[in-house]
Amino acid sequence: MTTTFTQQVRRSAGDAPPVARYRAIPGGAAILSTVLAGLIGFPTFVTIVVLLPLSFGLAPLVIPSLILLVILWWLNDGLTYVHRSRLASLIGLRIPAARRPDTHYSFVKGTLVRLKSRSTWRQLTYHTLVGLLNFVMTNLLVAWIAMSVLCATVFATTWSLSMAGLDQTPWVPEALAIRITFTVIGIVAFILTPWVARAMACMDGILAIALLGPSRNRALSEKVETLSKSRAGVVDAADAERRRIERDLHDGTQQRLTSLAMNLGIAKATFKDLPMPARKALDDAHDEAKQALVELRMLVRGLHPAVLDDRGLDAALSGIVARSPIPIQLDVDLPMRPARTIEAVAYFVISEALTNVIKHARANVVQVVVTSDGEWLSLRVTDDGVGGADHAKGSGLDGLKQRIDAVDGHLLIDSPVGGPTHILAELPCAS
Amino acid sequence: MRVVIAEDSTLLREGLIRLLSVADIEVVEAVDNAEDLLRAVEQHAPDLALVDVRMPPSFTDEGIRAALVVRSTWPDVALLILSQYVEERYATDLLSGTTKAVGYLLKDRVADVEDFIVALRRVAAGGTALDPEVVAQLLIRRSGDPLEALTPRERDVLELMAEGRSNGGIAEALVVSESAVAKHVNAIFTKLDMSQTESPHRRVVAVLQFLAASKGARS
Repeated sequence: MTTTFTQQVRRSAGDAPPVARYRAIPGGAAILSTVLAGLIGFPTFVTIVVLLPLSFGLAPLVIPSLILLVILWWLNDGLTYVHRSRLASLIGLRIPAARRPDTHYSFVKGTLVRLKSRSTWRQLTYHTLVGLLNFVMTNLLVAWIAMSVLCATVFATTWSLSMAGLDQTPWVPEALAIRITFTVIGIVAFILTPWVARAMACMDGILAIALLGPSRNRALSEKVETLSKSRAGVVDAADAERRRIERDLHDGTQQRLTSLAMNLGIAKATFKDLPMPARKALDDAHDEAKQALVELRMLVRGLHPAVLDDRGLDAALSGIVARSPIPIQLDVDLPMRPARTIEAVAYFVISEALTNVIKHARANVVQVVVTSDGEWLSLRVTDDGVGGADHAKGSGLDGLKQRIDAVDGHLLIDSPVGGPTHILAELPCAS
Repeated sequence: MRVVIAEDSTLLREGLIRLLSVADIEVVEAVDNAEDLLRAVEQHAPDLALVDVRMPPSFTDEGIRAALVVRSTWPDVALLILSQYVEERYATDLLSGTTKAVGYLLKDRVADVEDFIVALRRVAAGGTALDPEVVAQLLIRRSGDPLEALTPRERDVLELMAEGRSNGGIAEALVVSESAVAKHVNAIFTKLDMSQTESPHRRVVAVLQFLAASKGARS
């Protein structure tokens, strides 16, 4: 047999549950698996069909009902183990475990939890269905093999006997053509047996994946959960990195540059009677150093202003507003401080939006309104400029959108050509 | 004049010592954290404490907090705060209550040695030295109040006044005559409904008290 049943496990980022997949099943193993499933399946089917209604029927008598249910859960666990093991060892199908209910509950609570657990009911459904299905399939398979062997041998014998003129089997049709046809059918059917068995094992496998493994919804939602966590981690890490750079620049470069500018200042104040070229060079160096200081201060502040951590959004924003060449009306009304990451994003968004306004909008006045309803932090930046801002055009607004998307926020830009421009960003307060 | 310096960057601390020595100001001790600052102030009873805002251990606003302690415990010590960023909120903390002998400047300002020394002496003498950036922040946040009645020129004058400058200083900065400044100042006081006083320090108090009051009314 060239066919093999392999399982492809695709592990995605993080620890999202793997998804079972299969390609092919070895024929002999498929037959064995189907027959085994049939042998286990029928008694299982009967037991569940008897136990389940009985445990519900006895519901008024709490204790016996609970005992029956617990027996059912044990049976369910055992059978699940057996079937998973059977599928894994015979046809190489490893089904990722469904999430089991926690076991640290008390007896009654545990039973109730399992009663409500979807995976319990999916497993029970599998055992019931597979019991019935594999019982039928096993019988069909055995019948198929028996018939094919029988056809191939009986008809071949009678056919060869009749060829030899020794026809002594009156229960077989006389016509040679029929005998030959049945012989061929028998042989073909026998050859096809592994494929038939494989088809049956496939059905079994599909059923097992669907019912014994984690449900697709569950798998996807766990994946989403994992991805959200890892994304939040990335956002926080980027935020921490910005703080670190800010700290490094503040403690290092900025102090060094301040010291340089100060020393140049001292030199300037001390040597009043330098020759003109030296005097000019000193003046220029002093001016350059001061200019570099201002630029570095703006840059560092844009990264992450210390006052943001310390005093919050209102204080940090008033700093930007004070330095703006365009008059800005700032109105911050926050009942409480949002999460630090959100605060940093909000600061970045407003600071970027204002930079855009100052660079491109040719506005006379800008209005910044920050409000919160406890769940969402709304940032509104409105200017009376020329409009035509569009984040699809790859301007600074693009970076804004990415930063907002990273925390599941929304960005709305309304900027008709000719103005005015309204930018509304909404960020979840907690992150 | 005797000064205590609190600045955690060695480079800047040494630079400030040199700067003050050039101006013949005695540095009695230079420390690198807030605790040592309080000890040094107690020990030396200096005329002025020059304090960095961000210092160990938390590198946030230790300097401001230490300055507030200095002011409540040793009210005779003048305070000049230096900060990499000038934040109105820190200034508001510092200026709440009294505005006597207090300054709050951007670290960049030390590069202009002579101006810096002038501001330092002004603070030591009981005056004020507020960074233009702080004043700008203070003024901008008061939109929608009587400040809007001021003309742009009067706003400029008010800003300079809030920095702690005299009429002469304002006239020099705006390149106008002193009498023109005096006229603007009178107009400002009339529009803001404030009583006239002649001392430059009293003027700053008046301005800041007005700003604080209008802030209270706003929120």
